[in-house]
Amino acid sequence: MIDIFHASVIILILTVFICLYRVLAGPGWENRLIAVNTIGTKTIVVLVLVGLIYERPLFLDISIAYAMINFISTLAIAKYLRRGCVC
Amino acid sequence: MLNTLALIFIVIGLFFMIVGAIGLIRFPDFYTRVHATGKCDTLGEGMMLFGIILYEGMNLISVKILLLVIFIFVTSPTAVHAILNVAYTHGVEPWKKGDERR
Amino acid sequence: MIWELDFALLLFMIFCAIAAITVRDLLHATIILSAYSLIMAVIWSEMNAVDVAFTEAAVGAGITTVLFIAAIARTGRRSSD
Repeated sequence: MIDIFHASVIILILTVFICLYRVLAGPGWENRLIAVNTIGTKTIVVLVLVGLIYERPLFLDISIAYAMINFISTLAIAKYLRRGCVC
Repeated sequence: MLNTLALIFIVIGLFFMIVGAIGLIRFPDFYTRVHATGKCDTLGEGMMLFGIILYEGMNLISVKILLLVIFIFVTSPTAVHAILNVAYTHGVEPWKKGDERR
Repeated sequence: MIWELDFALLLFMIFCAIAAITVRDLLHATIILSAYSLIMAVIWSEMNAVDVAFTEAAVGAGITTVLFIAAIARTGRRSSD
């Protein structure tokens, strides 16, 4: 079962690389923003799987904090573009 | 038995993740790309983490993962909606058939 | 230490760093840098440095991006160089 987690972590990293193409080549800022949001969602699963492989439950707290941070930064950029100022 | 069920869920979640990434590349326009990744990621995520819950069984780790799944099911669509709203108000017009790739 | 995971993520960060420099619009650079620090946190946690990963995740992706956005809101998106 553990090697299933190894394989899925490797595959997820490859999909992160696919999203990297959209981050680098994306025509406008919105393509880059959605690609970064996708990468953030994928890395949350990578974190949980790596935490499972190492049998260390502390990784779950990191991935929960990670999910919140990813959400906050996406909303900050959206609010800046919508309102013109963040605060 | 539970492990095979967890394996099935993880493989299905992985499939949705890969499809979401490929959709991000192949689609011609911003809205179609968001269409692909917004949904596929949330669902793939939920399935993979649910598979891990089945693998873990009943302990603290499963409760944390369940909280994470619920949190992501709420926040990921909200973030995607925020991006879409901003992109629409900034004048990113949708792609119509026959246009070149944007 | 899954070395191929490390290798792939470090390669990812090199691309992000080069892209963050070459892009002209500052907002694009901020978005790429938030991806950069997102992956940095994964590398720290993959190397079993758990508290550093926590700090990097909280500071790098979260506060730094918001501060950059606030700076851009005040100054401007076009870099002068």
